Amino acid sequence: MGLRADIEDIELDLFVRAMRMRHGYDFGDYAPASLKRRVTGLVHSTGAAHIGELTSRILRDDNLLTEIVAGLSVPVSEMFRDPYVFRSLRDDVLPVLASYPVINIWQAGCAFGQEVYSLAILLEEAGLYDRVQIYATDISDVALSRAQEGIFPVRDARAYSENYIAAGGKASLADYYHARYEHMKFDEKLKSRLTFANHNLVCDGVFCEAHLILCRNVLIYFNDELQDRVLRLFRESLVRGGFLCLGSRENLQFASSARDFMAVNARARIYRRKKSE
Amino acid sequence: MIRAGRAIDAAVIGTSAGGLQALHIVLRGLAWDLRVPVIVVCHTGSTDMNTFCELLEPSSRLPVLEACERMQPQPGCVYVAPSGYHLLIEANARFSLSIDEKVRFSRPSIDVLFESAAQCWKNRLAAVVLTGANQDGASGLRLVRVLGGVAVVQDPATAEAPAMPTAALEIAGADYCTPLSEIGPLINQLSLQ
Repeated sequence: MGLRADIEDIELDLFVRAMRMRHGYDFGDYAPASLKRRVTGLVHSTGAAHIGELTSRILRDDNLLTEIVAGLSVPVSEMFRDPYVFRSLRDDVLPVLASYPVINIWQAGCAFGQEVYSLAILLEEAGLYDRVQIYATDISDVALSRAQEGIFPVRDARAYSENYIAAGGKASLADYYHARYEHMKFDEKLKSRLTFANHNLVCDGVFCEAHLILCRNVLIYFNDELQDRVLRLFRESLVRGGFLCLGSRENLQFASSARDFMAVNARARIYRRKKSE
Repeated sequence: MIRAGRAIDAAVIGTSAGGLQALHIVLRGLAWDLRVPVIVVCHTGSTDMNTFCELLEPSSRLPVLEACERMQPQPGCVYVAPSGYHLLIEANARFSLSIDEKVRFSRPSIDVLFESAAQCWKNRLAAVVLTGANQDGASGLRLVRVLGGVAVVQDPATAEAPAMPTAALEIAGADYCTPLSEIGPLINQLSLQ
């Protein structure tokens, strides 16, 4: 049985190579423990016998690719996750952004969209929505199409509403969606300044000059080298003095690119690109 | 009864209902010069684990900290999984986090920690299941045993919530089934081999 654990590590290595060489997706710098968990999850969900068989299938069946990429990326989110972070965005970041005539915001790793709609609401309530262009990107087409719909299970409405209030929401979350059967659908007007696009943080480059980048709980899935590379990409994508917001438990100690940022609110993981380098 | 056991490089503990009180007792039994890290998943309703750590510190001769991603767990320190994240152990023993789906309605999941820790430390791991209201930890404990680690379960008869240790015994079995006060000394003993 001890031997079996080692076999799985070899198989995982081969899976990563197959994804890269056959499909051009490089998961080689993902943090191994969570990657292995996700790949194991895909083994179960596809009915493969083991990672080796999954690898064989992805080599021979291109139709599997969308499902595989979806299974290897972040699905889970909630509206106004960590409300104190949104409060800090509202109080510390938006007033600075308000000084720009046009505000570009990049949300990297939008998953099913809860965070981008939270952002839209925050901007709407700050009277800034008409000046923003929000780019919501993800590696997964499945996530992007879900995010584009803006439909979430109504059973989450209460938790989302509590988060919204705790984040300093001025009205009621229900003002922003229509509930029908078991779903809540966010208003079309919240989508008017949103653009959804596929972007792979591993290999895709700068595509806009952003005043604010949000990338929460994505870098936790990357090893130190990839985390550092992505931070460098974020620095290059930000205007001087632009803001970066990461997940509330992320650790930048091993990223040399972190020296290009200064903390605005360390607890909320909100940083600003230094103006002089 | 403490039998001579295998040496360990780390101990992991999982608990839920009744966990805070149980951890007070276990931590009180740990040696001040313990040579291994102790890593804890405790299901609490709390989103602020820093307060949780502060509550435990008076009972512990060892520092009690929230586990931080990418950091290497140090000998003689107690780490608690942050709220809302799964805590994993990389092959090089460093912490990493995940916000993947809850497992048995739990995140952090004891099973996730135990499985990950077992793959890292294999037969140099002690995994401890304490009081709790659900079955989280049982299948993780089974993998710990399969990979040669030591399984310690709180005697369900002494547990505030017996469901968790009972499930662990049923699904994984244990090398030791003891009251709380013996668990700290057991960890000390195993770390000295």
